[in-house]
Amino acid sequence: MSTFLPHFPATFIVTGDPLIYGAEVSIVLATVGILFVLTYFKKWRWLWREWLTTVDHKKISVMYLIAALLMFFRGGVDAMLMRTQLIRPNMSFLQAEHYNQIFTTHGTIMILFMAMPFIFAMFNIAVPLQIGARDVAFPYLNAVSFWLFFFAALLFNLSFVVGGSPDAGWVSYPPLAGLEFDRGPGENFYLLSLQITGIGSIATGINFMATILKMRAPGMTLMRMPLFSWSVLASSILIIFAFPALTVALALLLIDRLAGAHFFTMFQGGNPMMYINLFWIWGHPEVYIVILPAFGIFSEVVSTFSGKRIFGYSSMVASLMTISVISYVLWVHHFFTMGAGPGVNSFFAVATMCVGIPTGVKVFNWLFTMYRGRIRLTVPMLWAIAFIPIFAIGGATGVMLAAAPADYQYHNSFFLIAHFHQVLIGGTVFGMLAGMYYWWPKMFGYMLNERLGRWAFWLFNSGFYVTFFPQYLLGLMGMTRRMYTYPANMGWNTLNFISTMGAYVMGIGFIVLVMDVVYSIRFGERDVTGDPWNGRTLEWSLPSPAPHYNFARIPTVTSRDAWWTSKQERSRSDAPRKLEPLQPIHMPKSSGRPFIMSAIFFIGGFGLVFNWYALGFLALLGVLVSMLLRSLEYDTDYYVPVEEIEQTEAALGRA
Amino acid sequence: MSRPSTHASNTASGSLWMYIVGFVISIALTVGALWLVLARQFSTGTLLTVILLLAILQIGVQMFFFMHITDSPRPQFNLWILGLGMFFTFVVIAGSVWIMSFGAQGY
Ligand code: HEM
Ligand SMILES: [Cu+2]
Repeated sequence: MSTFLPHFPATFIVTGDPLIYGAEVSIVLATVGILFVLTYFKKWRWLWREWLTTVDHKKISVMYLIAALLMFFRGGVDAMLMRTQLIRPNMSFLQAEHYNQIFTTHGTIMILFMAMPFIFAMFNIAVPLQIGARDVAFPYLNAVSFWLFFFAALLFNLSFVVGGSPDAGWVSYPPLAGLEFDRGPGENFYLLSLQITGIGSIATGINFMATILKMRAPGMTLMRMPLFSWSVLASSILIIFAFPALTVALALLLIDRLAGAHFFTMFQGGNPMMYINLFWIWGHPEVYIVILPAFGIFSEVVSTFSGKRIFGYSSMVASLMTISVISYVLWVHHFFTMGAGPGVNSFFAVATMCVGIPTGVKVFNWLFTMYRGRIRLTVPMLWAIAFIPIFAIGGATGVMLAAAPADYQYHNSFFLIAHFHQVLIGGTVFGMLAGMYYWWPKMFGYMLNERLGRWAFWLFNSGFYVTFFPQYLLGLMGMTRRMYTYPANMGWNTLNFISTMGAYVMGIGFIVLVMDVVYSIRFGERDVTGDPWNGRTLEWSLPSPAPHYNFARIPTVTSRDAWWTSKQERSRSDAPRKLEPLQPIHMPKSSGRPFIMSAIFFIGGFGLVFNWYALGFLALLGVLVSMLLRSLEYDTDYYVPVEEIEQTEAALGRA
Repeated sequence: MSRPSTHASNTASGSLWMYIVGFVISIALTVGALWLVLARQFSTGTLLTVILLLAILQIGVQMFFFMHITDSPRPQFNLWILGLGMFFTFVVIAGSVWIMSFGAQGY
């Protein structure tokens, strides 16, 4: 029965590296500090009632945003460490093993714990407000999604100090990630935390698909829906159909590792290549899951700050939908070199090149929207404009990579690294930062400072070019990815030095961004109108931040850009608008169960990481009990009485 | 106002039995597939066919018992999404078979 008793591996608490000691000390200090502040200012109740138990999409959005920025910081520090190690040949700043861990956590965190929560922050703040809904379709499930993500991120980051970080790359291919080559618990941390956050993501996909299809305000037909909401629909469809493949791949690898099965081992009939296939069935759609919402944000931002309707709305919708279907049949381009044969490779190469067409349509539409528009160069608009050239180049190098025979040269070189950072940073990160600046007043009731925002933008944007353009050349000169150091006589020294300098500039840009946030919390200009940008869509018709029920009266939509139209109508006639009488509003109740259930998930995940099956099964039981309790719960909602709505609206200065 | 509620209300308890029956059948189909593999009663070809049939049956069960595919009235997008789901499922299975056979089938 020894496997059922907790057995502590020798390296339970990671030791031996000054960086890690530093992290351990700062984690302890930060935790003590947070506990002290909460207790001293008597904030525990507030924290529990207002945040940990909330099912309000606007608060969930705020929590996603904070988490995404924190994870952006952690992933960014990883990046700085890697670039520092590569600044000169034969550096010994990081050891090989440590370098492996860092590129693994960097990639995993940036995709799953930075990009995903960042897009979910944007989903949550904008979609219900844009389509005239009072919350998402399943508010309770929304909270479950958030807390699953949160505890999964905690579990993943814990591996840094407890047990050791994963080190088989963010793709975690067996056999390297299998038991034969990787005994440590790090890989289990990877598998379990991704599994947990994946459940949350699938639930979010379902939630937003249902919200968009079922909860639009009267009159808002699909073809009147703002483009951001369309992009969320496209992204949600991909989430629903792609994430299960990841779930399966991770589960089978976990069974291999924990139970000694042979799905992906080299012997006993296993086939590691099947993991690669399954991983990318999720992995390629995943990059579109995070880019499509960015496309949506650019559409909103470009049209708002050009003072024009978006050019070619229907073609924008059509290309979003086409991309989400095509991007599902491209996955082999990540492993052309596996050698599935010319038939397979040609098919997927051609399909990959096809995805450039709808993307091109979108780029032209943004350009035509700006053409002859009255452009206001606000910070969101700067990010949107800067995105276009970067993405054009990223797409072009993508098409180069998609030429299967040529990819045998480019594959896993720094050329590939440069390509995907170009599209992920220039696309997703720029998009999310544009969205953050754009919707910040709606989330918090004040604006971010434009001056600091411009500084952050210019540093980050120019640092970006300096970092990644040399990497294309390095790739062509033969430098492969994931090498922890290189000899001095390869001719790579200068380019690597330049690239590292660029990375530092981007790092400074990020610091300025954080300064902007901190500065604006204190000095940010209040948004008293609720419509600081002269916006076009319904979220700007509400006060900032919106009351918890969003709309006192659900609006009736008669056109695209609904808020713009109603502003025009109002300026044309001075006849007082007649308002329908208020009615009680049906709202969901807060619940602590999503938090508790996800915490139990965390405990169970932690147990399985160390093969403590008893703890794992106990936690599974806990999860089942929580779900059962929820199923038997009937007191889940209430009505906001009319007087309370009147008071709230009056306090917000609305009739 | 057509939509006073912000979230799905509790469904009628009549469907509770549907869920339980669907759940039991799903479990049975899954365990059955596992058992067939472990028991090794069939030749590989037959085994694959049978498992595939069980999987298709499983899709049907889930559609009927959990997804309320027969509920009316049915908005048009339901059909679209269903078609898309079928397409994606086909792509994953047929694509994986094609890829993982490494050119053995000839092109
Ligand atoms: C026209 C559009 C695009 C094309 C043609 C394209 C093509 C490709 C190809 C062929 C590869 C594999 C190269 C190799 O491994 O040798 C690749 C890798 C990658 N692409 Fe793209 N891509 C495009 C857009 C995007 C976008 C929009 C994103 C993300 C937002 C993205 C993210 C990635 C990532 C993360 C990888 C590498 C993953 C890894 O190996 O770790 N790509 N791309
Ligand atoms: Cu791809």
